[in-house]
Amino acid sequence: MDLENQKRVKEFAEQYGPENVVVLLGAAEGEASGLAAETVTNGDPTYAGPLTGVQLGLTVYHVCEPEVKAEFDPAVYDEQVSMMEMVLDVDDIINEMSAIREQYCKYLDK
Amino acid sequence: MKSVIKGAGYILVHTPDMVIHNGTTQTTERIVNPESEYLKELPGHIRSFEDVLSYYPNQVYIGNVTPDELAEVPQPWCDKVCHKNGRFGQFGQMMPQEEFLLLMQACDVFELVYLDKDFVAENKAKLAENPLIDETVMARVNDGIELSEIERLVSEEHSEGLYHHDKLVGCVKRAHDIDVNLSAHVVHENIADKASSVLALLAAVKNAGIAKEDVEYVIDCAEEACGDMNQRGGGNFAKSAAEIAGLSNATGSDCRGFCAAPAHAMIEAAALVASGAYKTVAVTAGGCTAKLGMNGKDHVKKGLPILEDMLGGFSVIVTQDDGVSPEINLDILGRHSVGTGSAPQAVIGSLVTDPLERNGLKVTDIDKFSPEMQNPDITKPAGAGDVPLANYKMIAALAVKKGDLQKADLAKFTVEHGFTGWAPTQGHIPSGVPCIGHVRNAIMDGKMKRVMVIGKGSLFLGRMTNLFDGVSFVIQANSGAEKAAGVSEEEIKKMIAKSMKEFAAALLASEEE
Repeated sequence: MDLENQKRVKEFAEQYGPENVVVLLGAAEGEASGLAAETVTNGDPTYAGPLTGVQLGLTVYHVCEPEVKAEFDPAVYDEQVSMMEMVLDVDDIINEMSAIREQYCKYLDK
Repeated sequence: MKSVIKGAGYILVHTPDMVIHNGTTQTTERIVNPESEYLKELPGHIRSFEDVLSYYPNQVYIGNVTPDELAEVPQPWCDKVCHKNGRFGQFGQMMPQEEFLLLMQACDVFELVYLDKDFVAENKAKLAENPLIDETVMARVNDGIELSEIERLVSEEHSEGLYHHDKLVGCVKRAHDIDVNLSAHVVHENIADKASSVLALLAAVKNAGIAKEDVEYVIDCAEEACGDMNQRGGGNFAKSAAEIAGLSNATGSDCRGFCAAPAHAMIEAAALVASGAYKTVAVTAGGCTAKLGMNGKDHVKKGLPILEDMLGGFSVIVTQDDGVSPEINLDILGRHSVGTGSAPQAVIGSLVTDPLERNGLKVTDIDKFSPEMQNPDITKPAGAGDVPLANYKMIAALAVKKGDLQKADLAKFTVEHGFTGWAPTQGHIPSGVPCIGHVRNAIMDGKMKRVMVIGKGSLFLGRMTNLFDGVSFVIQANSGAEKAAGVSEEEIKKMIAKSMKEFAAALLASEEE
């Protein structure tokens, strides 16, 4: 994850409390989604950014996951996301994201 | 008036030592984590000049292998040896580092680049033999100075070292004592960009078969900025490179827009020629030292060679209609506007389907799309996927949504209407334009009719706007040529009869006088 984005996520978590922050990803494939999700939960796996060794445990989803899709106005989702949904390997993304959430998310029940 | 693509030049420069000393991934690592395993392992992953010559994507870039041939080669490509391994190709060449350091010195007009005299003596003849380098460029290469003086300039005067095979062989001095915009680092980056642009310009002018004096205007579309503390991006790379390339009748200007700039510059060049403002315009860009080894950590971690070891350069010559060369259709321009938004389907709509629909065309009417042509051999191990393929999938998906394509044909579309990427990840270099040389050939050979070039840019990196940007244009077969080929025998007879009548009438008239 971009170092500047890591810094901003860290600042938001401090400002609003980690239990009140949800990170929504739009990455184009499973591995990249998993890496970003790991960064905001267990810390930066590349040991390069401000989240290195910082276990924020934030709630994190990809925009193509069913839990997130259900929150959208279907017309907006169709206009903004449906084309990408056709292109992306959504199952792979769901697998990666679920694995990271189960392992590292601290606030899933709230 | 129409504007046509008269020729294109594509060059690569092998810069293994600049990967280590100037790529930002490496320079950042040296600051943040100087003892890192990555920095220790890196030198063992550097490729030789022979390795880069026999690398498939590089041979496609300079025109010795076609994109279709590349698509047949299973990925990854870095463990394969290309059957073509010459340094010269129909579009340009691959230049080794030693020649490039001399060319950098030749491109310096402010006594900022110094080379070791022994290094110059050893390599000057090699540069002189380069078919693109003439005596005016060679006259700019000086004899060099003592190595001890270079060592002093690096250790005491904040000069940026120039290395070859891990040995200090020269340096770039700072151009001002306190102005950060004229620091040795910035001047080094800018002269490397300028020198690779000069080489690309020379290749393009040669390939277009025009005289250097024919070029009236040059547009530089790289991503560097030159200026001082009072005008940080003052410019002008275009005219600076034109001077060294010997384009004595040209002026020019710089066009900037991150990776979208080459597509913007092509549209501007086509419009300048079509309007009659200039007869011949060269679009050019050199390479970016900062991006060398950008994904090096991932490549080293996966046991791969450092694949981002080439500076890229390209240049395209746009001229008035010659009746045969492919033309740029200024009626079919895609434009991501301020109001377009950032959703992928809005982006692809604005750049691809909207301009086509305005002209009564469908996505399937375009033979090939050329978006960001990054080499997937570089991006896939770095977790960025296959960038061109992702673009074709998005174009196909939008076509499905519009009912112009069956969902079952989505995968087939990406193969039939897309190129496999072959360009180095040098930002602006892979952005749409790498196809122009090959596309010109294919259109001239009648193998393609219409190709859409798409440039996209991440403006938010400059922190002035959150917006993304992009423009697109269509290259098509010369309509004049098509019309001429379509004239029937009867029409020719009528034309001959008409001109004979006119001739006879003129003779009668002159007799009557």
